[in-house]
Amino acid sequence: MDVLLQHLINGLVLGGTYALLGIGLTLIFGLMNVVNFAHGEFYTLGAYTAFAALALAGVGFFTALGTAIVVGAALGGLCERVLLRPLRGESIDTTMLVMIGVWIAMQNAELLGWGGVAKTIPHPFPTAPLTLGPLSVAPLRVFVFVTALALIAAAHLLIQRTRLGRAMRATFQDRDTAALMGVRIGRIHTATFAFGSALAAAAGALLGPVFLVYPSMGDLASLKAFSVVILGGLGNLAGATLGGLVLGVAEELGAGYVSSGYRDAVGFVIIILVLLFRPSGLFARAERIG
Amino acid sequence: MIVLARTALAVALVTAPLWLASSYHVHVLIMAGIFVILASSLNVLLGYTGLLSLGHAAFFGIGAYTSALLALKLEWSFWLALPAAAALAGTAGWAIGRLALKLRGAYFVLVTISFAGVIALVSTNWMELTNGPLGLPGIPAPALGPWSLRTKTAYYYLVLAAAAVAYLVCARLVRSRIGRAFLALRENEPLAESVGVDSTHYLVLATVVSAAMAGVAGSLYAHYTRFVSPEVFLFSYTVTMVIMVVAGGKGTLAGPVVGAVLFTILPEALREATSWQWQMLVYGVLLVLLVFFLPRGIVPGLQRLAPRRTP
Repeated sequence: MDVLLQHLINGLVLGGTYALLGIGLTLIFGLMNVVNFAHGEFYTLGAYTAFAALALAGVGFFTALGTAIVVGAALGGLCERVLLRPLRGESIDTTMLVMIGVWIAMQNAELLGWGGVAKTIPHPFPTAPLTLGPLSVAPLRVFVFVTALALIAAAHLLIQRTRLGRAMRATFQDRDTAALMGVRIGRIHTATFAFGSALAAAAGALLGPVFLVYPSMGDLASLKAFSVVILGGLGNLAGATLGGLVLGVAEELGAGYVSSGYRDAVGFVIIILVLLFRPSGLFARAERIG
Repeated sequence: MIVLARTALAVALVTAPLWLASSYHVHVLIMAGIFVILASSLNVLLGYTGLLSLGHAAFFGIGAYTSALLALKLEWSFWLALPAAAALAGTAGWAIGRLALKLRGAYFVLVTISFAGVIALVSTNWMELTNGPLGLPGIPAPALGPWSLRTKTAYYYLVLAAAAVAYLVCARLVRSRIGRAFLALRENEPLAESVGVDSTHYLVLATVVSAAMAGVAGSLYAHYTRFVSPEVFLFSYTVTMVIMVVAGGKGTLAGPVVGAVLFTILPEALREATSWQWQMLVYGVLLVLLVFFLPRGIVPGLQRLAPRRTP
């Protein structure tokens, strides 16, 4: 029982960041109809930005986290503006190929820039775990989980309460009508991509200190984000949040009770099973944002 | 004119080992031949039915492992292991094809990626069967009667023959009733179904053919390098195939061949000048540029440039 609880806690901590990744991807996927295979690269970008800010520029841990988010948003916006906006109206396959190109280019640029050796991000939290009876969790992981939840809450507020969020929801529901009502679709797309990329970068900067930072870390992150999106249903923010937590817990349980070698297979299996048996996602009512 | 060019090309291909400077060049041509088969197999799906498989390395890897394991553990001859590799890869393709029943576009891509991911993890973790990350060394070279196809020159002819057969299979397939059904489904699936094209039947068929061809390429690769490891499942193989097809011209017969030869020789030629990472970086940028500036690929681009000839 204690072991099970411990797995659940570890799973929830991981799941919080998976949810961040998933929310970004589900927004981009749902709103822009772009299959963003480069999503994981923005996660990697966030981790490396945090590393560079900490180790090279010497700023504090929290500033580094903020820097990663800003850089992620800026590069995401740029990517949308330069590569995706000219292709608006092209088929989903066309933009997918472009994003695969971006993925490969970004990953290998990172490999060239940083080398293949994994980096560790230092953090100011004590390494002694917090214990509660038989359960223990590192303070860093608590911080990661709480920050992830705060960012998720902020994302929900942005979508539900702000003018930009309303325009995003309108664009998702009916792009043409939204455009007729004066929503500038191009800007909404840029904002959405920047926002999604910022969340991915935040996830990278948060998980960077927990694990290691290396150029191909984004591949798995992308796949996890896709699993989360498919679990939660396209464009479903609450679904992505729940999906992230479910995936995190499922992975921990899979690694704990089946085999740790197959930890990363959990996401793949989820994708295949959900798409086969419940393609609209586990928590879907209808395809809509919010 | 065209007949002359074709004859010249055929003569050049058949005599290539005689006038090439070194066995290294023959090696590059062998790899090009294997990639011609792979790119053509991906083209059956991506070019003719419009389904993008990003798990194609899985079929290649299944073929390579099947052939390697049969040859090593059961001591099957290459000539039996090759069809078995094609059959098993084709069966995997059939399973994936059944999924195409329900899924299109991005969802199909995700299922193929996930499938390849699971297979790659199995190959790494199932130590008893696959020897895990260490791989399987010592795969025997094929023998033809008393002759062992151990030399590069001999293997070159084997791969050349296989690539020619793969090309002809594709050519026959896409010019047949089946190929027209593929195109109809690619262009407008509801319309095709309304005139009686059974989409399930044809899409499954396309995946099986495509996967089996990739399996053949895997078998040829395993018996050539005589070593397989989970690296055959590397995503960069799939990416390379996609770039070959897209750059060469998807939905054309010559496109994947041109793409495969170009993108096998080009990196080898650039190897002195650049590292693998630069090469992949260039691939990524190239893919983006192709989508923007040459969306239909090299072969259709050239066809548009060339003056129209009367057949």
